[in-house]
Amino acid sequence: MKPAAFDWVRIDAVEEACALLAEYGGDARILAGGQSLMAVLNMRLAQPRVLLDISRCAPLDHVRSDNGMLTIGAAATQAAVEWRAHLATEVPLLAQAFPHISHFQVRNRGTVCGSVAHADPSAELPLCLALLGGEVVLRSRKRRRVLAAADFFRGMLTTARRDDELVEAVRFPLAREGAGYAFDEFAMRHGDFAIVACAAEVTAERLRLAVGGVADRPCVVEWERLEGDALADAINDFAWSLQAQDDAHASAAYRRHLVRRLAPRVIAAAEALRAGEQE
Amino acid sequence: MKRIDAGSREPVTLVLNGRECSALAEPRTLLSDFLRHDLGATGTHVGCEHGVCGACTVRIDGVAVRACLTLAVQAEGLRVDTVEGLAAADGTLDELQQAFRRHHALQCGFCTAGILMSCADFLRRVTQPDEGTVREMLSGHLCRCTGYTPIVAAVLEVAAARRKTDEETRDA
Repeated sequence: MKPAAFDWVRIDAVEEACALLAEYGGDARILAGGQSLMAVLNMRLAQPRVLLDISRCAPLDHVRSDNGMLTIGAAATQAAVEWRAHLATEVPLLAQAFPHISHFQVRNRGTVCGSVAHADPSAELPLCLALLGGEVVLRSRKRRRVLAAADFFRGMLTTARRDDELVEAVRFPLAREGAGYAFDEFAMRHGDFAIVACAAEVTAERLRLAVGGVADRPCVVEWERLEGDALADAINDFAWSLQAQDDAHASAAYRRHLVRRLAPRVIAAAEALRAGEQE
Repeated sequence: MKRIDAGSREPVTLVLNGRECSALAEPRTLLSDFLRHDLGATGTHVGCEHGVCGACTVRIDGVAVRACLTLAVQAEGLRVDTVEGLAAADGTLDELQQAFRRHHALQCGFCTAGILMSCADFLRRVTQPDEGTVREMLSGHLCRCTGYTPIVAAVLEVAAARRKTDEETRDA
């Protein structure tokens, strides 16, 4: 339970990280909060040659609300976002999701970008980013590119990030006027990875639902407003489309069952918040 | 930029419970091991070594984090507080420790060092906690003795006592 040996580099400027990523590619790993990576290193499931430690890289440690987006830099901790004074009005979905993300002590050090880059299919932050149609900013030595969440998540722990790229920032769209948001999940213990997690955005015309923990990545569906049996049927079809697998934690059938129970509840909660906003 | 190659040992200096301390560390040395083996501060316990059990929780610059998921080299120049720093120099327990004792909020004590460090950070930020928020904070710690109920009671009691002291200071 101790990491294998690696070179360690403390990064002070973004350009340093990009230059070293260009040099080492897949032999280097970015260490930000380390709340996933350090555990994987301790268990020697990963043995990178070089760790590029961006945790004290000041230019990457920022959280900004502008141009309709909440932009979160690669070194900003989850706590830095969670404890923002107006998060519940800026990105209400995140305010609801944070208490479900691991634990207080882990969010104190874990980063938002790190969770997105890790791309665990059960993780809450990728699910929120996918539901809201957020963006991932990737930076290499030569260029910067911006990918939509839908194009970034490619599968289990797999993203469109190239070996020479750093996830420089992620951008969550701010709350849209007239929309309601809700998040809930089912886990074996509070703070564990979700067996099934659901997030919803409801407006007067349409509803969006995202489900995590079932497929190999967060999956999003958008419908015109549906109610009653039509909604239940649509959720059931969506649950089957996710190709759930049996594993040690839950059977595929149980995961579909959880989607059928959790999704209507989350959609109803989002609708109630939207209606409350209208008054 | 600072680079340390695999296998080479470099001095790491940090402020442990208010005292500057220094020892050599490889890049891969975990802060939990550095505190225990190199600085001799064995109050911080090591359980799962992957961030789940919470036994190794310490405060870095005041913030409660897992020492087993932090490298010693990452703590260079920072303030690290562990359970050894809670009691006064003459051994008098601080108010949180006294409340734990009153409520029987520990039995074997293995998890307690980490829980106390979490509670210290939590109470600094949340002055009016309720049972739900205390339990959410404690969900980051495994305790197999107490069932958590006496820990929750101890934390809520300290929060209430601090609020009372604050009000009295304000009124005075």
